Amino acid sequence: MTFDYAPAPESRAIVDIPPSHGLFIDGRFRAAADETVFKTVSPASEEVLSEVANAGADDVDAAVRSAREAFAGWSALPGAERAKYLFRIARLIQERSRELAVLETLDNGKPIRESRDVDLPLVAAHFFYYAGWADKLEHAGFGPAPRPVGVTAGVIPWNFPLLMLAWKVAPALATGNTMVLKPAETTPLTALLFARICQQAELPPGVLNILTGDGATGAALVAHPGVDKVAFTGSTEVGKAIARTVAGSDKRVTLELGGKAAHLVFEDAALDQAVEGIVQGIFFNQGHVCCAGSRLLVQESVADEVLAALKARMSTLRVGDPLDKNTDIGAINSAEQLARITALAEAGEAEGAERWAPSCELPSTGYWFAPTLFTGVTQAHRIAREEIFGPVLSVLTFRTPQEAVEKANNTPYGLSAGIWTEKGSRSLWLASRLRAGIVWSNTFNKFDPTSPFGGYQESGYGREGGRHGLEAYLDV
Amino acid sequence: MSSLASTASTASPAPTAAPALADVTASDAALRRFLHGLPGVDAVGLESRAAALGTRSIKTTTKAYALDLAISMIDLTTLEGADTPGKVRALCAKGRHPDPTDRETPSVAAICVYSDLVAVAREALAGSGIAVASVATAFPAGRAARSVKLADTAEAVAAGADEVDMVIDRGAFLAGRYLSVYEEILAVREACGEQAHLKVILENGELATYDNIRRASWLAMLAGADFIKTSTGKVGVNATPANTLLMLQAVRDFRAATGRQIGVKPAGGIRTAKDALKFLVLVNETAGPDWLSPRWFRFGASSLLNDLLMQRQKLGTGRYSGPDYVTVD
Repeated sequence: MTFDYAPAPESRAIVDIPPSHGLFIDGRFRAAADETVFKTVSPASEEVLSEVANAGADDVDAAVRSAREAFAGWSALPGAERAKYLFRIARLIQERSRELAVLETLDNGKPIRESRDVDLPLVAAHFFYYAGWADKLEHAGFGPAPRPVGVTAGVIPWNFPLLMLAWKVAPALATGNTMVLKPAETTPLTALLFARICQQAELPPGVLNILTGDGATGAALVAHPGVDKVAFTGSTEVGKAIARTVAGSDKRVTLELGGKAAHLVFEDAALDQAVEGIVQGIFFNQGHVCCAGSRLLVQESVADEVLAALKARMSTLRVGDPLDKNTDIGAINSAEQLARITALAEAGEAEGAERWAPSCELPSTGYWFAPTLFTGVTQAHRIAREEIFGPVLSVLTFRTPQEAVEKANNTPYGLSAGIWTEKGSRSLWLASRLRAGIVWSNTFNKFDPTSPFGGYQESGYGREGGRHGLEAYLDV
Repeated sequence: MSSLASTASTASPAPTAAPALADVTASDAALRRFLHGLPGVDAVGLESRAAALGTRSIKTTTKAYALDLAISMIDLTTLEGADTPGKVRALCAKGRHPDPTDRETPSVAAICVYSDLVAVAREALAGSGIAVASVATAFPAGRAARSVKLADTAEAVAAGADEVDMVIDRGAFLAGRYLSVYEEILAVREACGEQAHLKVILENGELATYDNIRRASWLAMLAGADFIKTSTGKVGVNATPANTLLMLQAVRDFRAATGRQIGVKPAGGIRTAKDALKFLVLVNETAGPDWLSPRWFRFGASSLLNDLLMQRQKLGTGRYSGPDYVTVD
């Protein structure tokens, strides 16, 4: 007998998924004005989980009006009173975290180990953190009495549905704004459960409105004249479209877009931990991470050793049922995303890079992609330049620290970077030269509500998280 | 002689450095350069990897397999000033048949005692296939003249020990006298002769840093250790998931470099079945399935066995029994 782990699925009985969901406007759920709906599926099984209302222009208008009406009362509340609501929401998230984690895993496809151990703790932490700021805004460094902006619009992606909601909603509400939030088309369910949590917390109607829908809903929301500020996380392409839409208006915008992060491994690195960091950097959340370490730059003198260890480690990754507590890599979020990953991986092969993946059995239904790495990649390959947003790592080499910096910075993006070296002076030398909003040293993909997050160049502008994250929601 | 000890003597024929690395022990300077040239260890990364593997969920058939495997890997230990022949005999009886209500329960790998009680254990274990392990070399501090340590080892071997658990000279290691530590292990290896299998205790709690633990692991393996062992169980920090994971990486890398496979023994502080299963996950996903046998992985423990037995009974009967349904020895 071998030590094969028997299935250890988390029970989905904890979460009760209603067969249909309305839009959350003015504190109540209601059908879309034109009564259209769309279906949301589990990417691991293609099972339809629920029907969700598809918000149109009239619904956007109703939601923005509700947010406008609520703004006067909400912004006039003392900060300590707003904080009470946010603390209450944070505690309810903790109390219901298993339910939320299972629902997130069902709708998104990410492993329960990650939704349970990473997403949900961070979501709660984000609400706790910004709840703490609500009555201390005059000490945040933005003037003696910073004012909220007004009605804000949040448009968020499908990779961390609830965490991205928290990144938008917590600072917006703490600073006294109201919000209309549009979750991603493929992952609306946890946002709708969050709406029920807001009801449970007795958040005043209209302070947060949640509109489900597709790209057209998002576009209508962003373009609505009643919106004072747009906060978007998603693709660079859509980010550019939003910037064009709001150009010429007095709307404020923060954009957190794509990335093609360089992950630098030097010859003096702690190699075993560097290999873990590489794995965490690109295979965490199936690589559906804007700051994923998708471009591995390894010093040529240790490249063979690192690659051998990396391949051995990748062979132990467990791909499969996201609800199984032992799964490391879950399902790709949608058929559309799977097609995009597949196409880019094929382009990598066609351009002459060498493709490698461990032998792993993929489930027959649902959307799956084996963890993959490409060697022999150069800066000229598409897989070294374009964001793949999947479990695909491109491996390049460098010879000197200077060359490492040049290659790392040679990208239109600039969201994150990682450095592995045991030499402190080198970390500091690199950190001041890498053009990236986040530089991780001897770790990767670590998040904390106190730490600002955001990009350079085509990775967007504005910062979320920390004290810096308050600025976008204050009239300063 | 037990079957384990006989496999041990064929596995490590000569107490010399592995050929691929022979020159690194040529001088103190060469050894220092080699040990300091090993990749560093990032403590945060190591501990988070160990913690992540600790979240594996081991259920049903896998759990049954892992509980039995863990029982069969135990070096059931008593190392007290108050040890008596009666206590050792009781422990040996427990080792043979850990669960008197279920004769299918595997026996433990070895009984581990001080060297003056080896003969008692030898007699009590006759015909059982269970090895007698003896601590030696002025255990646990190791603060004695080398002649004393070698005499201690020789007595244990003469009394019939199949396995010798020695301690390294941490003072010499921390003072940077690596060659002295190496030579002492070689000398003890020689004193063990063909008969006894050598486990080298690094005493991780006193080495204090992960970099030191990695260096000491390689030092012991170069000197001919059959096993590297985390600790004596007599200091504040003993086996932890992280330091055991690090030693599993060391044996994995050593086999890749030299072709020689070395065993790992975490000892001290592993008290629950749940913890033991986490260690088996570390073995499985770090060194690999080749190490999942009592030949290559041991637990140095005393109270762990009863918790494994209670979990085993629970799995068999569907209900928890309680501490009165396992024996106290």
